[in-house]
Amino acid sequence: MVNSKVQEARVSGPPVSPMPSPEASPSGTESPGPSAIRQFLLTRGNSALTDRSFRWLMVICALSIFFIVGLIATELVTRSQLTISKFGLSFFFKSAWDPVNGNFGALPFIFGTLASSLVALIIAVPLAVGVAVFLTEMCPKVLRGPLSFLTELLAAIPSVVYGLWAVFVLVPILREHVNPFLMKTLGWTGFFAGPNYGIGMMAAGVILAIMILPIISSLTREVMTAVPHSQREAVLALGATRWEMIRMGVLRNARIGIVGSIILGLGRALGETMAVTMVIGNRPEIVKSLLGLGYSMSSVIANEFSEASDDMYLSALIEIGLALFIVTIIVNAIARLLVWAVTRGAPPRVA
Amino acid sequence: MATQHKTSRANHTWRMFANHAATGLAVLSTILVVAPLVAIFLYLLYKGASSLNLAFFTQIPKPVGEAGGGMANAIVGSGILLALGSLLGVPVGIGAGIFLAEFGRGGRLANFVRFTADVLNGVPSIVMGISVYSLIVLPQKHFSAFSGGVALGIMMIPTITRTTEEMLLMVPNAIREAALGLGVPNWRSVLAITLKTASPGVITGCMLAFARVAGETAPLLFTAFGNQFWSANINQPIAALPLQIYVYAISPYDEWHRLAWAGALVLILLIVVSVALVRFVTTRGVLKGAN
Repeated sequence: MVNSKVQEARVSGPPVSPMPSPEASPSGTESPGPSAIRQFLLTRGNSALTDRSFRWLMVICALSIFFIVGLIATELVTRSQLTISKFGLSFFFKSAWDPVNGNFGALPFIFGTLASSLVALIIAVPLAVGVAVFLTEMCPKVLRGPLSFLTELLAAIPSVVYGLWAVFVLVPILREHVNPFLMKTLGWTGFFAGPNYGIGMMAAGVILAIMILPIISSLTREVMTAVPHSQREAVLALGATRWEMIRMGVLRNARIGIVGSIILGLGRALGETMAVTMVIGNRPEIVKSLLGLGYSMSSVIANEFSEASDDMYLSALIEIGLALFIVTIIVNAIARLLVWAVTRGAPPRVA
Repeated sequence: MATQHKTSRANHTWRMFANHAATGLAVLSTILVVAPLVAIFLYLLYKGASSLNLAFFTQIPKPVGEAGGGMANAIVGSGILLALGSLLGVPVGIGAGIFLAEFGRGGRLANFVRFTADVLNGVPSIVMGISVYSLIVLPQKHFSAFSGGVALGIMMIPTITRTTEEMLLMVPNAIREAALGLGVPNWRSVLAITLKTASPGVITGCMLAFARVAGETAPLLFTAFGNQFWSANINQPIAALPLQIYVYAISPYDEWHRLAWAGALVLILLIVVSVALVRFVTTRGVLKGAN
């Protein structure tokens, strides 16, 4: 019915009106009759095409994200073929880094990245969870806004500014005050021994901790607020103190999400470049002491990429980048799944 | 009876103690987190403000050993790089966001796109730098502002996509239906009605992405490369504020350190102002009415 009308309206021109409406007759006034319908149907017909092309345009935008990630991956793989085929997996287990003789092993950098990230997590996780607990469960309403804004502001400071601050403020503080104290009290463990440069693994870990704090704490806050209020009320009704309520009612329910946010922070720490490059010391060695100098995967790329003269050297650096790429993808995927499981997959558990 | 009373009393004391200790630790950790932030800002303000002068905004870097000079070329260069990046990142990001919210809802393709956007968001910036280097710089055989802009643009896409999607999903369906019911074609309904309703949130996303890449150094190291002189040619290496700060910070010259602090202050003011602006707009709850 409707379709046939459409056909009719489209075929017939304005002068011949198949269905004269009452107003369209002799009076001579402007008629909204068939011609208006026709107008409408014409735009409708046009828009079918524009609609479809608009839709395709948006699909192309969305697909370009795939395309970009694919392009990055293939580019990294093809450009690192030289070292992949020459060294194979042993590339990741050798500690030789000798550009002159074309002998490359990435172990010192992997160690540096892992160690500095681990130090960062050890410092940042308790603090971040503490801040999240304070902001969601304890903080007076007046302070909540400004304090959460301040912690978010930490995330907005560029890496290079953190690096600048670390070089001129943090490193002297560590060298003069913190490191001597650590050497005196914990020197016997071997983790805080040796010459005290100020820069080194410890400095890198501390600045990384400051940088990943806001990510961990804001996500932890998110998963904690996702815990339904009935849980808190139930625990409080059993006579729990506030801390017991937080521990049993909130933290226990949010723990998967908190682990997720920690892993997400780890992902950020693994790939962080500028600030680490400026304070880690840039020496490809594996030392037990945290006060010693080190080198990380991202900082070796940042420092040596532009001076990599031969293909083998370049290929080695790109392979380190490829490893970094793969590791961060895995770490981020795990973290997203965990956070997602808590914030989206958990409606208030009633039954 | 008495012993039981006693133990429950001890238990009670212990619980109260644990409660207070936990509160104290939470407060302490908050202080420990806020302290470095305040320290960084105050020190930056102190160091930066004392080194900031008119020359910083009008002159280009002087050779080593000469006092004075500024970062005018780096400020302009950062502007050009960010404009190039936005030109690429904003349309693609918003387009992908529209796809996720309006066309792909719940579909398998949408889930993949969402996941890939998260992956892209997690790619370390230095890896982005070497990827763009081997994609654009190596074939062209020279560093260029163009390649730097591409690197920044790609880094903007995931943030913009995800916020656009979230904001569009907040627009009630009744508005879409009303537009379609009036005979508005779908594409116009999406652009002029849905996207417009969500525009404060979408702009927020763009500004956040902008603020994030404004301070990026690592992706520019091997793409924009830096330049000691004026250049507005997108086929030539170009100076950028974060790059210049990095080069000056690791140099051994006091004069350059001074300029690095001034540059850091300018950079951070740029970022903080845009973030604060975003917060102001979003907390005024333009979108809350629509929800």
